[in-house]
Amino acid sequence: MLKTFKIGGIHPPDNKISRDVKIEKMPHPLRVVIPMSQHIGAPALPTVAKGDMIKVGDIIGKSAGFVSSNIHSSVSGKVVSVDDVLDSGNVKKTAVTIDVEGDEWNDSIDSSLDVIYDCKLSKSEIVSKIVSAGIVGMGGATFPTHVKLSIPEGKTAVCLIINGVECEPYLTADHRVMLERAEEMLVGVDILCKAIGVTKAYIGIENNKPDAISHLKSVNKFTHIEIVPLKVQYPQGGEKQLIDAVINRAVPSGALPIEVGAVVQNVGTALAVYEAVQKNKPLFERVVTVTGKSGVSPKNLLVRVGTKIEDILSYCGYDADATSKIISGGPMMGRAVCNITAPITKGTSGILLMDESQAIRKDSSSCIRCGKCVDVCPMGLEPYLLNVMSKKGLFDELVEHLPNDCIECGSCSYTCPASIPLLDYIRVGKGKVMAILRGQK
Amino acid sequence: MIKKLIVSPSPHIKGNFSTSSLMRDVILALIPTFIVAIIYFGFGSLVVAAVAVSSCMLFEFLITRFMLNKKSPLGDYSAALTGLLLALNLPVSIPLWMVVLGSLVAIGIGKASFGGLGNNPFNPALVGRVFLLISFPVQMTSFPSTVISPDALSGATPLAFAKEAISGGAKMSEVMSDISYTSMFLGDKGGSIGEVGALALLLGFAYLLFKRVITWHIPVYIIGTIAIFSGIFWVVDPEMYLSPLYQVLSGGALLGAIFMATDYVTSPMNRKGMAIYGIGIGLITIIVRMWGAYPEGISFAILIMNGVTPLINKFTKPTRFGEKKK
Repeated sequence: MLKTFKIGGIHPPDNKISRDVKIEKMPHPLRVVIPMSQHIGAPALPTVAKGDMIKVGDIIGKSAGFVSSNIHSSVSGKVVSVDDVLDSGNVKKTAVTIDVEGDEWNDSIDSSLDVIYDCKLSKSEIVSKIVSAGIVGMGGATFPTHVKLSIPEGKTAVCLIINGVECEPYLTADHRVMLERAEEMLVGVDILCKAIGVTKAYIGIENNKPDAISHLKSVNKFTHIEIVPLKVQYPQGGEKQLIDAVINRAVPSGALPIEVGAVVQNVGTALAVYEAVQKNKPLFERVVTVTGKSGVSPKNLLVRVGTKIEDILSYCGYDADATSKIISGGPMMGRAVCNITAPITKGTSGILLMDESQAIRKDSSSCIRCGKCVDVCPMGLEPYLLNVMSKKGLFDELVEHLPNDCIECGSCSYTCPASIPLLDYIRVGKGKVMAILRGQK
Repeated sequence: MIKKLIVSPSPHIKGNFSTSSLMRDVILALIPTFIVAIIYFGFGSLVVAAVAVSSCMLFEFLITRFMLNKKSPLGDYSAALTGLLLALNLPVSIPLWMVVLGSLVAIGIGKASFGGLGNNPFNPALVGRVFLLISFPVQMTSFPSTVISPDALSGATPLAFAKEAISGGAKMSEVMSDISYTSMFLGDKGGSIGEVGALALLLGFAYLLFKRVITWHIPVYIIGTIAIFSGIFWVVDPEMYLSPLYQVLSGGALLGAIFMATDYVTSPMNRKGMAIYGIGIGLITIIVRMWGAYPEGISFAILIMNGVTPLINKFTKPTRFGEKKK
C-alpha cells in the first residue's frame, strides 16, 4: 500500500490540463517590475537607482536581515524607477521597474546546459551561495531557503524531504521540472543534503505522476536519494503532512519540522539551488503553470521574475471575456488576483483562470452538523467550531481549540455541504488568537 | 475598459456535496426498505408514507414562511426525509390523522421550535414517533400480520411476542421453535413499516457508505453493542434471554442504527464521540428491551443519546495532528 498522511484529507479532481505541455521559454517582456518583497521576512533594500544600466543576474535588492532575501534583476536594461507599485493583491510594495534592452547576462553566470555533478564546496560555502542567489521556497510559501538550512542549536537534521507532491489541482510546474530537469534537480537535492549534513533524502511524489516517478528512478545516480511514491490525497504537499507521509513522524503542534529531524524543500527550490551553486545563477526565473478550463491555452512557461501577469496572459492567448477570476497559485490555496498589471514573483507557481460559473461562490445555508469538516481536516481540528467561535467573537475561548494549527488548506470549505466559508472565519479567528497569544508573552 | 475580476479568499473550488444531495441520497437509500414494506404490508404503507411526507413538507413550509418569516427551505429535502423516516417508524394500520398529528409534532416541536434545520437537539422523526407512542399506545403497537404469512406472529412484533412469552414462564427454546431467522432477515414479521426488512436496510446502509453520506462508525457501534451486551446474557442463560442475532434482527435495531441514529444534526461530530454515542444507544436499547416496560427501546435510546450529544461534542475531540505519535 502506498504511503500517505494519516488524518483527514480530500480528493479534489486534479484537472492537470497542462501535464503534457513541455516547459516553454517565454520571450522576455518590454518592461519588468521586480518587487523587493517576494519572500517571507523583511523586504530587501534596493541597491540601484533610476537611470542605472544593469545586466541579467545583477543584484538590485540587498537582503535586510537573516529572514530576508537578495533580489536580482531578471533582465538587462535601464532602471526607470524605484518606487511603490501595487502587487497582485493591490498591496503597495517597493519595486524596481526596468525597461528591457537586449538580454545580456552577468559574466559570472554559467549559462551552458551541461549538467555539473561534482560539488566540492563545504557546508558554509554552499549556504552562502544560496544566500547570495536569493533562493526562497518555491512551492508558494517563499520562506528564505537558507533559514531552513540553518539547523538551530541542539537540533540535528536526520533527513531531507523533497516535495514533489504538487497536490494543488491544475498546477504542473513541479511535474514538468521533474520530467525535464531531473538530473539537475537531483544534483540540487544532493547539494542540499550536504548543506544540512544528512545522508538520506526522500523525494515524495504523488502517484498521479507515474511518468515523473519512473523518470526520476531511472536517472537517479545517487544511492542516498530515494523516490517515494505517495497515495494521491490533498493536502499532501503541506509540510507536516508530507513528513507524516514519507517518514511517518508527526511534527507536534507549534513546532517546526526539525523537531523530528526533517528539512523539507520543494522540487523547484532544489533546481534553483543547483543553478545557484553549480552555475552561479541567482533566482530570477521560474516555471509557472498558466492554466484554466477557458480563457487561456494551458502552458508551462519559464518566466523571468517581474514579468507582468497581463504579459504572460497575452502570450498564452488570454480571453478576458471568458475569464471572471484569476488566481495566483492553485485553486485550493492560491490568491485571487486583483490587478493583472502586477508582476509574478519567486513564489508564483501558477496562474489559473476561471470563468464565471467556477468563480462565484455558492450561497451558504445552515450547518447541518454533518461533521465532514472534522473528518477532512488534516490537522485534526474542528472547523465548524472554530467557524462559530470566530463568528461570535469568542476569541478567548477559541485559543484552546488550536486555531493556529490550521494550515489554511481549505479542505473544510471545499467539503462543506452547506457551502459555509469556514476558512474565511477561521482566518479571522487565527489572526485574533495570534494577537492574544502575543499579548500574553 | 478594464475588466473587473472576482476576488475572494481561497479555496476557489468546491466539492460536490450539498445538503440537498445528502438528503436525497438518504431518501434513495430507503427505496429497498419501501419495496419490502409494500411486499409485506401492501400499498397501505405507501399511503402512510405519502401522508407523512406531504404533511411534514406542508408544516415546514407554513411554519418557516409564516411564523419564522424565513425563506422556505423545502429545496433541501430535509422535511421530506423527516416525513419518510417518521412513516417508517409507524405501523401500517395507524389512522391517518395520527400520521398528520405526528408530522406536526415532528416538524413543529422537534425541529422548527429550535430554529429549524441544524439546530434541533433531538431527531425530529423520533420526537414525532415517541409522541404518538406515548399518546396512542394501542394504535402504535398493534401491527397487522404480513400479507404473505397471515398467521406468523400476528399482532405482535417478535420482541413483544418473546417478552410476553418469557414473562409468562415459557422457556426460550419452546418460544423460539416457531421462529425462522430467514423470514426475519427478509422482513416477514410484525412491526413498523420500515423496521422489518433487515436485508433491505443493510442494502441502504451499503449505499450510504458507498456515497460517503455517512461513515460506518455509528451503526456498527450500535449493532455491535447490542450483539455483545445481549450476547453476554444469552451465554449465561439461553433459556431466559434472547440470542444476539434475534436482538439485532428484531425491532427497530437496524432501522434505528442505520437511519435514525446517524441523523447528522443530532449525532456527535467526531469519531470518539460517535463511539460513545453508539455504545450508549446499544446499551440503553438492550436495557429497555430486557427490563423496561416497552418491548422495544431503541427510539428512547437514540433520543436520550441525542440529548447527551452536545456534551459528547464538548468533551471528545478528534485526534489532533501530532498528538499521539512521538
